[in-house]
Amino acid sequence: MAKTLFDKIWDQHVVKSIPGGRQILFIDHQFIHEVTSPQAFEGLRRRGLGVYDTNKITATADHNVPTVNQHLPIVEPLSKKQVDTLENNCQQFNLPLFGLGHEKQGIVHVIGPEQGITQPGMTIVCGDSHTSTHGAFGCVAFGIGTSQVEQVLASQCLVLQKPKRMRITVEGKLSKGTTAKDVILYIISQLGTGGATGYFVEYAGSVFTNMSMEERMTVCNMSIEMGARGGLIAPDETTIDYLRGRPNVPKGKQWVQAVEYYKTLFSDQAAQFDLEYSYDAQNITPRITYGTNPGMGIGIDEAIPMIDNLKALKYMGLEQGETLIGKEIQYVFIGSCTNSRIEDLRSVASFVQGKKKADHVNVWVVPGSKKVETQAVSEGLDQIFLNAGFEFRAPGCSACLGMNEDKIPAGKYCVSTSNRNFEGRQGKGSRTILASPMTAAACAIEGKIVDVRKWLN
Amino acid sequence: MVELMEKISVIRSAAVPFPYENIDTDQIIPARFLKATDRLGFGKNLFRDWRYDKSGNTIKDFVLNNSVYSGSVLIAGKNFGCGSSREHAAWALFDYGFRVVVSSFFADIFRANALNNGIVPVVINENQLHQCFESIEKDPNTSFVMDLTKQQFSGGGIDVDFEIDPYKKECLLNGLDDIDFLLQHIDEIKAFEKEHLVHKLNQTDV
Ligand code: SF4
Repeated sequence: MAKTLFDKIWDQHVVKSIPGGRQILFIDHQFIHEVTSPQAFEGLRRRGLGVYDTNKITATADHNVPTVNQHLPIVEPLSKKQVDTLENNCQQFNLPLFGLGHEKQGIVHVIGPEQGITQPGMTIVCGDSHTSTHGAFGCVAFGIGTSQVEQVLASQCLVLQKPKRMRITVEGKLSKGTTAKDVILYIISQLGTGGATGYFVEYAGSVFTNMSMEERMTVCNMSIEMGARGGLIAPDETTIDYLRGRPNVPKGKQWVQAVEYYKTLFSDQAAQFDLEYSYDAQNITPRITYGTNPGMGIGIDEAIPMIDNLKALKYMGLEQGETLIGKEIQYVFIGSCTNSRIEDLRSVASFVQGKKKADHVNVWVVPGSKKVETQAVSEGLDQIFLNAGFEFRAPGCSACLGMNEDKIPAGKYCVSTSNRNFEGRQGKGSRTILASPMTAAACAIEGKIVDVRKWLN
Repeated sequence: MVELMEKISVIRSAAVPFPYENIDTDQIIPARFLKATDRLGFGKNLFRDWRYDKSGNTIKDFVLNNSVYSGSVLIAGKNFGCGSSREHAAWALFDYGFRVVVSSFFADIFRANALNNGIVPVVINENQLHQCFESIEKDPNTSFVMDLTKQQFSGGGIDVDFEIDPYKKECLLNGLDDIDFLLQHIDEIKAFEKEHLVHKLNQTDV
């Protein structure tokens, strides 16, 4: 029977179906971080349980970590306690930890792919909604709650209802200045924040097959913002080229076998989806958000639509019918698991080279991992940032959710390459405008919202 | 506390109306309160930034601060619990005293987290939801009944059958969670793993 990519992977992981429709699903790898894991370890201890397989877990510290003076002890006592707790738990249960200062440390969704831990055909979970990022490699990856983190630690399995299948096809060629981030922001604004709830989304069409792996990660990362359980893209030569030789991929004749397997991972021609959408690349332009959820987005030169949610506009200090072009901003954040990889930093650097930021703007560039940081330095990108007046910081989640010191003050506008513009997300009262790295870079230079395309022609 | 989950079968209570749509878990419990290493005490920070202003004063007209409304049932607008996967949102609701959350639509991860923590998510349609809000507006003491065994939710002029996954229903009624269930199947899981391709590909090549 013809199957979708999602069905192929899911079905290969079903240990058992149980009455009532749920299934015991085997999980190939779990990532853990300091915020959503302590209570899971506590649970294991109370029940007197061990970890099912320590080779199927990778831990890192990312959400709480400072991005300046990372070599010094963490100042904020509660953050320190969480990071220390993770270290102690990993030690007690004998789990590999890429902790602070480790050469492989970084945002959990950045390090998995770069180490080759994330592989096509896998099931991957993490106590973190943006686990969907890993779907870029053609795997079934999704966020879970802390009780489920504990379940996977104890049994490598979850008891789940299989989600429905959705396919989103985008064909055509993207215009200059329009990036992967703009594509996903466009899709989310079409579907709304609940439009894909209950579904696993496959992204198909030439726009995605032409993307690099890092661009595909940006797209899959934000699947959750329209409610999807996860998003995935069929692996192809681009995927295999990216993975070849990475530290954790299968070696020797197993790599050959693995590649054979990866090549079976696509949706069969006749496979049925529960819901399908298609869009034309021509209609997508650089985008920004104006409201307090990622679905509230517009083309950068468009006016804010007439909407009912006046609370959101009041929070943002914006009005219906207004365009944002020319609006003064105070912060720019380039980072997060959506856009903190080397290609993102390169695109920002190539834009700002020889330019200077506007005086009144604070610009933070936060690489997604130690590895990205080292690579950026070896390419001289850090110097370009410093010359432009940007701060180049150490890796972590940073201002994406402001759990460390990197907060946007109340009432200030921040153009951010992250994924959420919820009320208070970047700090109490902060006003987030989501955009691509290139748009963020252009806004940093001018100190206001600008259409990056005017620089490109 | 969740370790031995509280059993739940019938909840009879007034309800707190929360007629906003797309409430994300960052609103339910802001990130700065996620630094705890245990599950306790999140209730006091539930909807923190809606309940208290910048100087920490209570915002009088916010529903949770309005003593007219009370009860262990929260009735919320469409797409409740979207965004971050933080289970702390469910812990905060539970700790505050909610055992039933009613909406016309729930985000997936939130729904799973609620079920894993002894909170019953009840889905009713938009009309029924509005009827609930109207009834509470007329009489804040309107009593609602959630009967898990019968899968019925009634009160305020509505009486609806709601759906719940049979496996999760059993878990809630008996105060069991998925770990208890999974550990009973550990031999089958191990047998599955031995034959599982991805597992085999990632074993050291010899
Ligand atoms: S960068 Fe932001 S979205 Fe990504 S894992 Fe960290 S906090 Fe979550």
